Amino acid sequence: MRFTPHTPAEVDAMLAAIGAPSAAALFAHVPIALRERAALKLPPGVGEREVRAELAALASANGRRDATIFLGAGAYPHFVPAAVDALAGRAEFATAYTPYQPEVSQGTLQATFEFQTAVAALTGMEVANAGMYDGASAAAEAVLMTQRLKPGRPVVAVSRALHPEYRDVIATYLEGVPDAELVDVPWRDDGTTELPSDALLKRASCLVLGYPNVFGAIEDLARAATAVHAAGALLVSATAESLALALLRSPGGADVDIAVAEGQSLGLPLSYGGPGLGLFASRQSFVRNLPGRLVGETVDAQGRRGYVLTLATREQHIRRERATSNICTNHGLCALQSIVYVSLLGRSGLRALAERNLRGAHALAGRLGGVGRLRFAAPYFNEFVLEVRGARRRWETALADGIVAGLPLGTWYPELEDGLLVCATELHDVAAHERLVAALGGAQA
Amino acid sequence: MSETPYAVMRPGALPEPLIFERGARGRTGATFDAAAAGGPASEEVLPPALRREDDLAGLPEVSELDVVRHFTRLSQWNLSAATTFYPLGSCTMKYNPLVNEAVARLTGFADLHPLLPASWTQGAMELMARLADFLREVSGLPGVTLQPAAGAHGELTGMKMIRAYHVDRGDPRRRVLIPASAHGTNPASAALCGYGVTEVPANREGMLDVATVRGLLGADVAALMVTNPNTLGVFERDIAAIGEAVHAAGALLYCDGANMNALLGVAKPGDMGADVLQFNLHKTFSTPHGGGGPGAGPVAVSERLEPYLPTPRLVRDASGWRWSSDFPKAIGRVRSFHGNFGMLVRAYCYMRALGGDGLTDVTEKAVLNANYVRARLQGTYPLAFATPSLHECVFSDRDLEPTGVHTLDVAKRLLDYGFYAPTIYFPLVVPGAIMIEPTETESQQTLDEFVAALEAIAAEARRDPEMVKGAPHATFVARLDETRAARRPVLRWTPTTDGE
Repeated sequence: MRFTPHTPAEVDAMLAAIGAPSAAALFAHVPIALRERAALKLPPGVGEREVRAELAALASANGRRDATIFLGAGAYPHFVPAAVDALAGRAEFATAYTPYQPEVSQGTLQATFEFQTAVAALTGMEVANAGMYDGASAAAEAVLMTQRLKPGRPVVAVSRALHPEYRDVIATYLEGVPDAELVDVPWRDDGTTELPSDALLKRASCLVLGYPNVFGAIEDLARAATAVHAAGALLVSATAESLALALLRSPGGADVDIAVAEGQSLGLPLSYGGPGLGLFASRQSFVRNLPGRLVGETVDAQGRRGYVLTLATREQHIRRERATSNICTNHGLCALQSIVYVSLLGRSGLRALAERNLRGAHALAGRLGGVGRLRFAAPYFNEFVLEVRGARRRWETALADGIVAGLPLGTWYPELEDGLLVCATELHDVAAHERLVAALGGAQA
Repeated sequence: MSETPYAVMRPGALPEPLIFERGARGRTGATFDAAAAGGPASEEVLPPALRREDDLAGLPEVSELDVVRHFTRLSQWNLSAATTFYPLGSCTMKYNPLVNEAVARLTGFADLHPLLPASWTQGAMELMARLADFLREVSGLPGVTLQPAAGAHGELTGMKMIRAYHVDRGDPRRRVLIPASAHGTNPASAALCGYGVTEVPANREGMLDVATVRGLLGADVAALMVTNPNTLGVFERDIAAIGEAVHAAGALLYCDGANMNALLGVAKPGDMGADVLQFNLHKTFSTPHGGGGPGAGPVAVSERLEPYLPTPRLVRDASGWRWSSDFPKAIGRVRSFHGNFGMLVRAYCYMRALGGDGLTDVTEKAVLNANYVRARLQGTYPLAFATPSLHECVFSDRDLEPTGVHTLDVAKRLLDYGFYAPTIYFPLVVPGAIMIEPTETESQQTLDEFVAALEAIAAEARRDPEMVKGAPHATFVARLDETRAARRPVLRWTPTTDGE
């Protein structure tokens, strides 16, 4: 396939206007030593029918027909209404770029302002940015922000019950920050995180808690906030399953300082883990330290309300090495998908969907009572750890029957080798629950 | 003032309210039966202290039709590559093939959970492996990661690898050399790795001098970051000698791949001495810009940096592909899961469909188009530099000075003619910079219309400068007050915000 429109006559006319004898002459100034090695050894191009057939073959080499999958662990299977893709996929949204010329980008800018509003409302925080890449990198950027806000506090306290990939990204981002020290905070038997000592918190810029955490357990953020603030540090909450925020005490309501989240649950397909959507919200007083883009309200020369990118002096194109982050292109279209989704479901739809998730997961846990036990006593939303003897073997048996019985936790937590991290959403009906029970219960201990 | 060619722009049209300003209490676009699978109500299992405190006040309450009208109307307030010539320099706003959109939505890709066992995801892994091979060939570099989510994210990943390399040698080094013309993400990414930044000045031709670079290299320099062609669209002639000097000083060469559209089949960064190169899949490799992403920023590296590539990595054994983190020198991960897979699918489809011959044609036509615009405009606007342009050309507003009309006004007036403005005021080394990158998917017709508009505006600037300074006049809103937005930031709607 080719998308270049030039006819030979046009090429000739253009070369004549340039005054070049040939198209190749336009590259004559590139050193020959480079040009002679540059030929691309790639298969020749094919037509649309062929490339679609090849991609279809690759797509069908994934998954399994009639599978039942109870996987969450940072990416959550939810139903996405057709209207989301139909609206967010409109070419006027998809093929625009960063709204540097706001007068002709009001669609993108107003939708982003609405997104910022919805993220702030969901997290219960005062201000939210225009989005980041994913929950994990948003958590890392939040940690760096606390380091800027609390200079001289080298410790970053991270719950061991925070999603391990989030912790790994935080660790990568902290490499090269002078004196920064990541300290792991253990989890308690009920599945929530221990409160670090006052002595440790006094040396810390922040404590990072998952909300819910990787075990699905719901942390008591308000209690943590009291201890963290008494020691002069900041509390960061990181939510991998954003739908939970529709039913849980909001991070802002629990006095969190920076709330980040993964927004994939809000209208984005799983897509093998990306693109996702980082949500990032904080106190208003921190606004000039925020990473990422911000859309603000203003007026035009005739007094009409409009929207523009603002507070850009924080950003790389103005401040360069003194910017709050290096982020430029973010996940704008993903943010649009999520504001369309949140608008479709709205206040009551989100609440009902979250309720369906919570009830279904609890019903499933009850149905699995004969197979294993709930490992953790803490309240949970739509994900829990089932402890069952011979977990990994049973998981493999179930897999052979086309059932993915959650995630065997032993890979991430060797001390939880008998744990399966099970997630049930509105996509799992009673029949699916019963298939899981049968698949796990069938194997002998 | 000439008629705007695009009827869709209606100055003074009714504003579209915020989604929160429509609707009614209790209205919803989607309903769910919370009891469908049984189970206890949330009040029974969540203690009061953990329950939502505000019943989601502030979220929309509208019908599905309200949502459809709202976002359809909003979309019509945008200019985009699909409606308009969008010559944003350095952004490569080429046509985003719709076949890419179709394949990315195949259920075998779109509904795939990232933590499924490898035996269930061989198709996705095979696609990623093939894309990595394509990127190896284009870059001339042996190591590739597909993890980074954007170009800047790839720059951060590359700089972290450079840092790991030097630390591994017990010689951490503290500074990075960056040209003054570099994209802001370059110094920002270096700073995030703890490096101090030393600016490298350009010579009178807007290029890097190997002598200047040699003078700035030293035992404390970890890397030189270059863009080639540079942000002026000019090929750095001394790049091979520069690369040698950098390596001789024990430093590494970072190549910003944002301008790959000028290099396909012409020059490989690996042959220039690059140790690291980030790609911007949403530029050269046609994935859509999305109003600000998502893109993807894969990184290619030379052999000496391969040990430091992020984990997990795709490895192949007798049973097929699997993810492995068994690489002790890896810098770790830079995001969750494996990468912006949906964008990787689109880029792979593009590279496969075009093939080596099609990709070579891309660069040929991109450079032809940019040189055509340059030749047609250089009598009307002064070129920033006389050096040959590749895929983009840079002008300044110097000749308009007597009129009081500046680059910003020219850009705003272009909107009235139905064109998106080029990149302005970047690179910083050119005062009043106007950077035009047509890309290869534009026809001579479109370029002629664009040139005519710019010529008309230059004439208007001399004849009626106040009109040009008041532009845009034919867009959905008039020029917006950015100063006011920053002075008193309103970053969200609240019920007490004045709607008018």
